Amino acid sequence: MTPTELEFLSDLVRRRSGIVITRDKEYLLENRLSPIATQRKLAGLAGLVTALRRPDEALAREVVEAMTTNETLFFRDGRPFEMLRTEVLPMLLKERAASRGLRIWSAACSTGQEPYSIAMLLREEAVRLAGWRVSIVATDITRSVLTKARAGVYSQFEVQRGLPITLLVKYFKQVGTQWELDPALRAMVEFREHNIIQEAAPGAGFDIVFCRNLLIYFDQDQKRRVLNNLAASMAEDAVLFLGALGAYSASPIASNRSLKNVASIAVPAGL
Amino acid sequence: MKSCLVVDDSRVVRMVARRVLQDLAFDVYEATNGQEALISCLSRMPDVVLLDWNMPVMNGIDFLRALRSLPGGDEPVVVFCTTESDVAHIQQAIDLGANEYIMKPFDSEIIELKFTQVGLLG
Ligand SMILES: C[S@@+](CC[C@H](N)C(=O)[O-])C[C@H]1O[C@@H](n2cnc3c(N)ncnc32)[C@H](O)[C@@H]1O
Repeated sequence: MTPTELEFLSDLVRRRSGIVITRDKEYLLENRLSPIATQRKLAGLAGLVTALRRPDEALAREVVEAMTTNETLFFRDGRPFEMLRTEVLPMLLKERAASRGLRIWSAACSTGQEPYSIAMLLREEAVRLAGWRVSIVATDITRSVLTKARAGVYSQFEVQRGLPITLLVKYFKQVGTQWELDPALRAMVEFREHNIIQEAAPGAGFDIVFCRNLLIYFDQDQKRRVLNNLAASMAEDAVLFLGALGAYSASPIASNRSLKNVASIAVPAGL
Repeated sequence: MKSCLVVDDSRVVRMVARRVLQDLAFDVYEATNGQEALISCLSRMPDVVLLDWNMPVMNGIDFLRALRSLPGGDEPVVVFCTTESDVAHIQQAIDLGANEYIMKPFDSEIIELKFTQVGLLG
């Protein structure tokens, strides 16, 4: 790959998704984009770049999606979900007692393990939530992960990562070597295609937002912008869950709107 | 240091499990079937048992039943680790007091995640 091609490709990915391809990740461009070039019968990455310059919208999308990292698991890191159950939910049950509504957004949800973990957690708390309207919107830029998420079918390997065995037998049906999520739980989550750096939030007044293991791929400016947009889409006393590595100082949020409860795993106190 | 009794009739599985668990700072010891495991538990209760299902002499589910009726036998965390992966088997294990269940094949991450879930790891 020539430096020009490299720059063109990483620039395209950054402009469209926010994902910064750092020096040590340049090999990923080669690894993940060569198959696309081959499939389209283009002459390697040079041919791919030529095709993209035309421009080719569908191809550009494919390139961006190929450069996303979709690694995820059920109840990832444990703590955020424990916190949701023991602290955040009781707080919101009190604060929203009048409206009896909860709006939840799982931003960058990948193949659905995160929003479905939230759904299972809420279902386990069904008694306390009786009569409440709860909505979970889950979004991602990558269409292939959304297709998988909507299907709610996971491999034996996937259901063993983070999912307690009691919840597996309770909420999944075994079909061959695959495990299918209970349709009632699947119906609790609405999946939508959404680009977090280019589109307005998929709603307003969210009470709980999960945006975990996404910001690590962005540069400082982009992180700040996304955090501000998230904050703007949230209720005053809403709670934002960021991933272990997605922690960011409270100032960019404060500059826009004060979020009292920013839960971060890396920095438990404050943000 | 927490102790883990690995019960499996396959030497290879015991070896793999031992390596993973030692990396997670467990004091690991082994038994090749349920009966050996039970005798071992009578002299020393482990913190956790990693338990195969199908074994000669005494299988995993019979061991679990016997363990849970021993004095102090409700203490150890029991994690099944078996090729039996249908809901009927899993449900039976849970009903008899298994805390977690790993379907083979497994890798080190699955062991680590499951052990974290049942509170054995920080
Ligand atoms: C590592 S996964 C995180 C999944 C889940 N939140 C978790 O913590 O396990 C990151 C996801 O972010 C998505 N993503 C990357 N850039 C995005 C963007 N600009 N807008 C929306 N989603 C994006 C990717 O498609 C990928 O599925």
